[in-house]
Amino acid sequence: MKLPISLTVNGERVEAFVEPRLHLGDFLREHLRLTATHLGCEHGVCGACTILFDGAPARSCITLAVAADGADIRTLEGLADDPRMRVIKESFHEKHGLQCGFCTPGMLITSLDLLARKPDADAAEIRAGISGNLCRCTGYQGIVRSIQHAAAALKQPEEA
Amino acid sequence: MKPAPFAFHRPSSLADALGLLAAGEARPLAGGQSLVPMLNLRLTPVDALVELRAVPELRGAEEMPDGAVYGALVTHAAFEDGLVPDVTRGLMRHVAGRIAYRAVRNRGTIGGALALADPAADWLTTVVALDAEIGIVGVAGERWVKAEDFVLGPYFTILEPTELLTAVKVRRLPDTTRWGTYKVAVKAGEYAESLVIALIDTARNEGRIALGALDGAPLLLPQSAAAACAGTGGAALAEIVRAELAGSGRDLAPAAITLHATAVTRAIAEAVRP
Repeated sequence: MKLPISLTVNGERVEAFVEPRLHLGDFLREHLRLTATHLGCEHGVCGACTILFDGAPARSCITLAVAADGADIRTLEGLADDPRMRVIKESFHEKHGLQCGFCTPGMLITSLDLLARKPDADAAEIRAGISGNLCRCTGYQGIVRSIQHAAAALKQPEEA
Repeated sequence: MKPAPFAFHRPSSLADALGLLAAGEARPLAGGQSLVPMLNLRLTPVDALVELRAVPELRGAEEMPDGAVYGALVTHAAFEDGLVPDVTRGLMRHVAGRIAYRAVRNRGTIGGALALADPAADWLTTVVALDAEIGIVGVAGERWVKAEDFVLGPYFTILEPTELLTAVKVRRLPDTTRWGTYKVAVKAGEYAESLVIALIDTARNEGRIALGALDGAPLLLPQSAAAACAGTGGAALAEIVRAELAGSGRDLAPAAITLHATAVTRAIAEAVRP
């Protein structure tokens, strides 16, 4: 039996009827057509589906859509105008933080949260911070460099 | 959409949640960080889920002179970020920050982790080491049980299907107690291959060491703890730990004894280091 849910996605109110077994990742991609959120393993291991749930990273593939009733969800689409995310994206471009790009949405959202909580993270802390996000292309060197680059850039005072 | 169909209930009080559990084949859902993957993989068939997120009685934490009580829904991240009181000289905060990954810690709860009783998960071994008490409520009423009596085996506790784990009561550690931890895992955030929480108090001559990630409930090592409190170290301590593991009655291959003994001695070394 479908249940009603009401939540905020990328700042917009969303009302829907969903089956209880529908996970949030499928809801975002298939019902709302927000396809920046990627689904990899679908059991909480790879981190590609990471979104912000009430401002904190969560795996959308192991969060039921019905459990997001009342929540404030933000996907990578909803961070397009975020100035900090723009710096992180530019750093991933600059320092080769991606190759095929499949893991990138999760990496970017995890990086945004990591640099907010630990703006001075060293390389070891960055590696620990992204340990829940798997990348099968880069070998992580470029990703770590990207996040270090973003960390330094985010500490610069805003240009007038 | 991966899981098989199930019904879903969202009670907003403890009484309603217990009523739904008493009504039939339903499982409680807290953060869902273990249960939903198992549903996705269709490893755990459920007819109905009772989501606990809106049950106010399971939220929050309370500090008292002799300890603290943590509601079942307190997340790992809340411990990690110091959003709940700490009475363990930083041990619970340290443990919480090393559970899985931040995205999981934001959703996963201490009550859910304990009720699942995965032997390789962090909280179970930690609360056994801390000699914590587990609060359980059913239609018949409330009871408190010692953590070591709560867990019977892998994914197996004394919880009845109609009961809920509501809270964890942790005693305040004395100022003289030192703690050490050691976790062996194939990568950061993975489930443990070996997991040790050691509490050593040489001033009071009291120690408690719990070893997890075994084929059963966490194992207490009183002989090793006594030796550590007496100041035994090095090869002599390692021999006592190995002997205690070998005589524990658990099915431990020689390689497993080496792995766990190494983890135990390293946790002790961290606890007693000057």
